[in-house]
Amino acid sequence: MTVAPVVDVGSPMLEIDGLTKRYSGLVALSNYALDLRPGSIHGVIGPNGAGKTTLFNLLSGMVRPTSGTIRLFGVDMTNSPAHDVARAGVARTFQNIRLFGDMSALDNVKVAVQQRLPIGLAQSLLSTPAFRRREHEITERARETLERLGLAAVASRPASSLPYGDQRRLEIARAVATEPKILLLDEPNAGMNPTETADLLDLIRRLRDDLDLTIILVAHDIPLVMNLCDRIQVLNYGELIADGDPAMVRNNPDVITAYLGQASHA
Amino acid sequence: MRVLQMARPTLIVLLAASAALALLQLSGLAFWQGLAINFAIFVILVQALNLASGFTGVFSLGHIGFMAIGAYTSAILTLPLATKAEYLPNLPVWLEGVHLDMTVGPVPVGFVAATLIAGALVMVIAGLVGAVLMRLSGHFVAVATLGFLVIVRVVLFNADDITRGSRTFSNVAPYTNLWWAWGWAAIAIYMAWRLKFSGYGRAMFAQKGDRWAARSIGISILRPRLVAFVAGAFLSAVAGSLYAHFITSFSPTVFYFDLTFRVITMLVVGGMGSVSGAVIGTAIVLALAEALRRIEGATLLYGLGGILLAVFFIAVIIFRPSGILGQREIDLEQLVAWRPRRGRRRGPGSATPD
Ligand SMILES: Nc1ncnc2c1ncn2[C@@H]1O[C@H](COP(=O)(O)OP(=O)(O)OP(=O)(O)O)[C@@H](O)[C@H]1O
Ligand SMILES: [Mg+2]
Repeated sequence: MTVAPVVDVGSPMLEIDGLTKRYSGLVALSNYALDLRPGSIHGVIGPNGAGKTTLFNLLSGMVRPTSGTIRLFGVDMTNSPAHDVARAGVARTFQNIRLFGDMSALDNVKVAVQQRLPIGLAQSLLSTPAFRRREHEITERARETLERLGLAAVASRPASSLPYGDQRRLEIARAVATEPKILLLDEPNAGMNPTETADLLDLIRRLRDDLDLTIILVAHDIPLVMNLCDRIQVLNYGELIADGDPAMVRNNPDVITAYLGQASHA
Repeated sequence: MRVLQMARPTLIVLLAASAALALLQLSGLAFWQGLAINFAIFVILVQALNLASGFTGVFSLGHIGFMAIGAYTSAILTLPLATKAEYLPNLPVWLEGVHLDMTVGPVPVGFVAATLIAGALVMVIAGLVGAVLMRLSGHFVAVATLGFLVIVRVVLFNADDITRGSRTFSNVAPYTNLWWAWGWAAIAIYMAWRLKFSGYGRAMFAQKGDRWAARSIGISILRPRLVAFVAGAFLSAVAGSLYAHFITSFSPTVFYFDLTFRVITMLVVGGMGSVSGAVIGTAIVLALAEALRRIEGATLLYGLGGILLAVFFIAVIIFRPSGILGQREIDLEQLVAWRPRRGRRRGPGSATPD
């Protein structure tokens, strides 16, 4: 079993340099850079196919970069497998919801909680008191997390049977259940109406404050991002075309032509 | 008190099963005793495959290979020395003098030791094979594990010095009785049940449900798969040992496609991923096969049974692809429903996923 790298509080949280991903000719992400400020909500926007999800896939270790480096708390994680990145404190949600559909909402979260509360195989097989205590602890924490996300009432329902908005929040619940330092949210409000989106906005802020999270948020919804984020980066065809606070980005002429002009059609 | 309460339904079922076994033992009905032992051995094989495939979604076709290795290992270890010298004259020196026939009172400790050694050996092999194969995905695993089954067969046929090759391996000590078979079957069911309702089981089912999501929360796909594969291999070896000491003479041909297909049918009928379903599926297919065998005998239409069983299997795949129970379970608690509802078990150690 791999041990998560030792966290060096002195080093920057997440440092990305020259990150590039090429898919047979197509450059999905090009020369991307980031120095993430702890406690911030960092927005990444851009038109369809701009490379936002690719960025998350690279950050979460699910896709290998063509070049560039990713350093997490001073440790090079560029080529670490996804499960090691998760253990090191990076959790994510997926643009196309990926839940464990046959499992209950509670079990979806328990299987995430248990990553921080391990117990031996022999203990599990023999159902020792230590195992029972661990299971109890895991269940309690999972219930707390569900409650935090407003999902306590649907705990025992199969994940696939939940309404869409609940599924989105269950994905967030599962992600925060791993006790991450950094949370990557890929279009968390996709398919939500304005009321639900407003609730989500509150929720994201609350999670950041209560759980000491640093959040990177990908969204198409410009008001949401403008409202929520301290800093915004704009991607277009894999290139970073703007980087700054919301006001700066809003008035950037490149952004207006590349992104806002296009988005008004959608 | 609470502990006693929690164990009660299990205890009742165990007592009832023991009483049934004792009655069967006393009845002297050899045919039914044999069938019951067969049933137990199949339950173990089906739970083994349930672990390896039902829990993980990795389709293993190689577990009968592990059964074969278990059968031969245990048979060789318990062979009387004189028989061994005459029977397997070219056995490696270090195996020549091994004869596990110790007993403590009525308990054939040698048989237990031989079974456990067979299980351990197979676990090592499964660990090595699994470390490579469990990295593959989907159909590749099925093909590769099938390759493993074929390789085991070829080795058994050609390792004359140890297995007698294609000649029948007989004179195996007839240790397996109702108690050993069902004792091990109970252990297999218990193992599968405990695993399913532990973190290991959750990780297995999670990576079966969505590999990317599983990795995103820190589950390395290989680990739960390997645990399931190796645990399944151990149980298969145990079933092999029980089979060897039940049938007392066999050859490599039995450990092949027919048996593999039979076990898969039982698992699919019960529901891949369901521990109680595996037992029910085993019972149904075994009963059906037995009935068909009699019809074959009466009508002299030999081969009809195999065909009808295959048709049944295809019908299940088409009309109820997730089997009788899917991944759900029949809780003993509900089965033994005489207890008031308020006493229902909840919280840690709960048998149903909440
Ligand atoms: N596995 C892949 N193989 C080939 N091309 C890919 C792959 N994944 C992404 N791409 C391409 O990379 C580009 C960036 O895709 P990406 O999914 O990162 O965009 P996005 O910004 O998330 O878009 P959207 O807003 O639609 O979610 C697209 O042109 C896409 O077709
Ligand atoms: Mg995307």
